[in-house]
Amino acid sequence: MSTKTASARPAKRLGREERLAYGAIFPATLLLIALLFAPALAVAVVALTDWQLGATTLHFVGLENFKALFADPVFWTALKNTFLYVLIVVPGTVVLGLIVALLIEASPRLRGFYRAVHFLPVMSTMSAMAIVWGTMLHPTIGLVNRVLASIGIAGPNWLRDEQTALLTLAVIGIWQGFGFAMVLFVSGLKSIPQELYDAAAIDGADSIFERLRTVTLPMLGPVMMFVIVLTACRCFEVFDSVSVLTQGGPNYASEVLLHRLYTESFNYLRTGYGAALTVIYLTIIVCLTLGQTRIMERRVHYT
Amino acid sequence: MSKLSSISRKVPQILRHGILACTGLFALLPFIWMVSLSLKPQEDIFAADFHLWPSQFSGVENYTAAFVSAPMLHFLANGIFVCAAIFLVQLIVCVPCAYALAKLRFCGKDTLFAAVLVGILIPPQALAIPHFIMLYLFGILNTYASLIVPWMISAFGIFLLRQFFRSIPDETLQAARLDGLGEFEIIWRIMLPMSTPAIAAFGIFSVVAHWNDLFWPLIAVRDQEISTPALGILLFRDDETGQSLGPLMAGSVIIVTPLLLAFLAAQRRFIDGMASTAAK
Repeated sequence: MSTKTASARPAKRLGREERLAYGAIFPATLLLIALLFAPALAVAVVALTDWQLGATTLHFVGLENFKALFADPVFWTALKNTFLYVLIVVPGTVVLGLIVALLIEASPRLRGFYRAVHFLPVMSTMSAMAIVWGTMLHPTIGLVNRVLASIGIAGPNWLRDEQTALLTLAVIGIWQGFGFAMVLFVSGLKSIPQELYDAAAIDGADSIFERLRTVTLPMLGPVMMFVIVLTACRCFEVFDSVSVLTQGGPNYASEVLLHRLYTESFNYLRTGYGAALTVIYLTIIVCLTLGQTRIMERRVHYT
Repeated sequence: MSKLSSISRKVPQILRHGILACTGLFALLPFIWMVSLSLKPQEDIFAADFHLWPSQFSGVENYTAAFVSAPMLHFLANGIFVCAAIFLVQLIVCVPCAYALAKLRFCGKDTLFAAVLVGILIPPQALAIPHFIMLYLFGILNTYASLIVPWMISAFGIFLLRQFFRSIPDETLQAARLDGLGEFEIIWRIMLPMSTPAIAAFGIFSVVAHWNDLFWPLIAVRDQEISTPALGILLFRDDETGQSLGPLMAGSVIIVTPLLLAFLAAQRRFIDGMASTAAK
């Protein structure tokens, strides 16, 4: 739409264009409100009531649900576990993804093959692969403990032991996600101009590690930030592996926020409580994403 | 001298392949283990010593057991139907809206775009309770509709398509208008064919997400009849036949394979699509 035609016949053209536009946006706007914004608002309202799924009565109870939530040790365990999970999976995914990306891009040999192999876990249905992991981690017939036994170590019951349950889930989380981090790092590596490496070579940065330190890693900064936040967001959403393998157990050792939310809202039908939990969950995710946008913007401005 | 340097040049290559083989094995191990177990009889799986290759081949029995005692093909068909329906509705709803945001002038445009950006921020799991209540009130829980309705709109889809539409020059649209094409014809016959990369990326993003999703089907669906693959395999595990590892692994192979085949057939598309939509 050029401005020329619009200014030549302003009133009529704009009227027609606006009518067209409203027709085009109507279904999407309606659904945005009905399926996104109204429900988001509803969660906040339900969090302030004592409502339970199926109940016909409803009372406003103010912040009672939040009080109950903060007084519930299981909530704090779930919150702590979720952050612990993030603190293990994010560094693991980033480091492994970065190493693989650097190695894959170092030479064209078998590049496509390696990329596909490392990306397979990203595409696989987690619920089915969690079942497979469950059998691999079986205390007696599982692959992991069979291998350990062959070198004389008696492996623990990985998913039933309070000490190892969350850690094991974190390894599965890294397995699922590091291929995706790799792909993002590869696209970051491709955008580093060759001239920078040439310049570094003139300055005497000959060895691989020198080039890595002076050019590659600094230039990967923004991608790194992006991968970290993206992985963190996915970690906060961890659900499938927990639900399939441990159900948060043993003794809440692997309980995480989203699984807690699911259990409280849909198994125990404590809807108000579940909604309060949802509000907390929503707040964390939104802060994380907004924080990322802030940092990204700053980088664009100052570098 | 030249021989020495060729060796020293080969060392990094060998190191590269060595490390990538290790990480690659880590990525592939569950798949190898899954296929290996799916071909073994129960005694073999529980035998004291482990061999990757079955001593006695019972692949046929295991896969037959999986197909017979659970509607595996039905799960896959459900997955295809639900994912296709979701993506189709998303396209029909999002394309015109993205076009209006990219190419038309109207009052409230900035507000709508801001709303779309906020919409991207909201994680879908956070809306599970109200979506559940809504579907309950409509009486359509535990139906195909309950798997599709909450996903009819994709704020991210609108955003992605709008960004792409903006890069299509106005002259193209102007020429189409001069040829007498209506605005909706322009959307579906000019904009859409010109936006294949964006549509493909959006499609891959949408289909992969909903094919693999467990959270929502677990909430909305109880019936095996309308289960998607991710939920179906869990129902199979709780089933009697699923207690035997051979058939359970065979079932997992059946559930996991279709998307992996699609990925291997169009690797570049998938990787680029997933990477470009990650900015969500």
